[in-house]
Amino acid sequence: MAILKFAPEALSNLFKPPVTTAYPAKPAEYPERSRGHIEIEIDDCISCGLCARACPCGTISVDRSAGTWTIDRYDCIACGFCVVKCPKKCLTMVPGYQTPGGKKSSVTYQKSPEVMAAEAKKREEAAAKAAAAKAAAAKE
Amino acid sequence: MGKRSVIPYGPQHPVLPEPIHLDLVIEDERVMEAIPSIGFIHRGLESLVEKRDFNQMTYVVERTCGICSFGHGMGYCETMERIFDVEIPDRAKFLRTIWFELSRMHSHLLWLGLLADGFGFENLFYQCWRIREKVLDLQEMTCGGRVIFSVNTIGGVLKDMTSEHMQIILKTMDEIEQELKTIQKTFFEDYTVLSRLKGVGIMPKEKINELGCVGPFARASGVAVDMRKLGYAAYPMIDFEPVVSEDCDSYARCYVRLMEIYQSIDIIRQAIAKIPSETDLVTPVKGNPNGEAFVRLEQPRGEAFYYAKASGKPNLERMRVRTPTFANIAGLCEMLKNTELSDVGLLIITIDPCISCTER
Repeated sequence: MAILKFAPEALSNLFKPPVTTAYPAKPAEYPERSRGHIEIEIDDCISCGLCARACPCGTISVDRSAGTWTIDRYDCIACGFCVVKCPKKCLTMVPGYQTPGGKKSSVTYQKSPEVMAAEAKKREEAAAKAAAAKAAAAKE
Repeated sequence: MGKRSVIPYGPQHPVLPEPIHLDLVIEDERVMEAIPSIGFIHRGLESLVEKRDFNQMTYVVERTCGICSFGHGMGYCETMERIFDVEIPDRAKFLRTIWFELSRMHSHLLWLGLLADGFGFENLFYQCWRIREKVLDLQEMTCGGRVIFSVNTIGGVLKDMTSEHMQIILKTMDEIEQELKTIQKTFFEDYTVLSRLKGVGIMPKEKINELGCVGPFARASGVAVDMRKLGYAAYPMIDFEPVVSEDCDSYARCYVRLMEIYQSIDIIRQAIAKIPSETDLVTPVKGNPNGEAFVRLEQPRGEAFYYAKASGKPNLERMRVRTPTFANIAGLCEMLKNTELSDVGLLIITIDPCISCTER
């Protein structure tokens, strides 16, 4: 048995700089893959709602007619399953954690009017095409 | 015979933040009997299978516990892979092995720190957790989360490690090995540490077998059980032997866990040397699961058991996780008999209890 086995280590630590970062005076550094929060490229979104269905805690809601994508960041567990499921790859996981808050709140992303107009036009064209096909079928 | 009295110990007590309650029947200063009661933090994660589909459950199961998170996610995925009867790509197997060993290292380093804190050696506690921080950084670098990995999926893994990542891991392993050697001397030779650990909390081999104790707790009493030898993930391709000690006391449990960190370092080095360079990481699964399966794997704290039963619907019919601490609580109560009251806190730590896991 020996006593003071740890003394050299403890004494040398007195003269070393601290291993911790002086946060928040120095900003925290996150690695590239850090699962901080979800970001969306809203104009690439096709409002399919797969992310909302995949989410294990039901934090995402998608409204196709209004062109919105809503997330309650306080409910999100940053698992990244919506990112895996997104067919258009418009969802990304980026570093930077959700800051604490006094009460829960959600963030809504709205598609730009140009994209909404283009989508509406596309829908009209598709509807017209379908109606024409139906009429042609009825004629035959 | 002295006067008997009962001391309620916990659920809030000085040694660990986990809510376990023990009724200690003491005679003078000696514990005669310990009666456990748990159930303070039951969250009903198993019954969530009725509300979440089998893919979403991957993320629910791995949140059972913060320390053995990777093992839970992997255990669930392995169970589902057996139901689907798919073989995952070799690279995914090796990646799972590397991540599992990283999580074992961080769990054991956390435990060593808690042990040092338990016998009042604050400085040693800081050093253990300082080393642990390096492992957490590796986990964050490769998976994006410090303790919750979220990389497992049914059929493989979601993220790959680049060769730069592997170089950083190997370099950090060398550093950790060096730093461990400095604290190892204190754990194994220091007078103050030995006086608290040597000969305290004797648990004979026969009792371990009788009560079905698992993990490092059993291995410290000479029972060489290690579920990694069953051959899941890439463990069949890796050369290792379970760390066993015959001393049966708290010192042996400390010895086994510290030596297992070296073993994990060795396994990670072997895995990185042998990892195949294929690009495929996931074997896709189709449809809904149908059938039942179970998997046993070696968590940092011991053998964990996963069972799932599916009936062709998106939601599983039944899911069950039996965690190592659940198996070890019977052993803990047996071990506490005829010990000093002042050692109880330390002895609870030596089984590495994870009550949140146990109650799910």
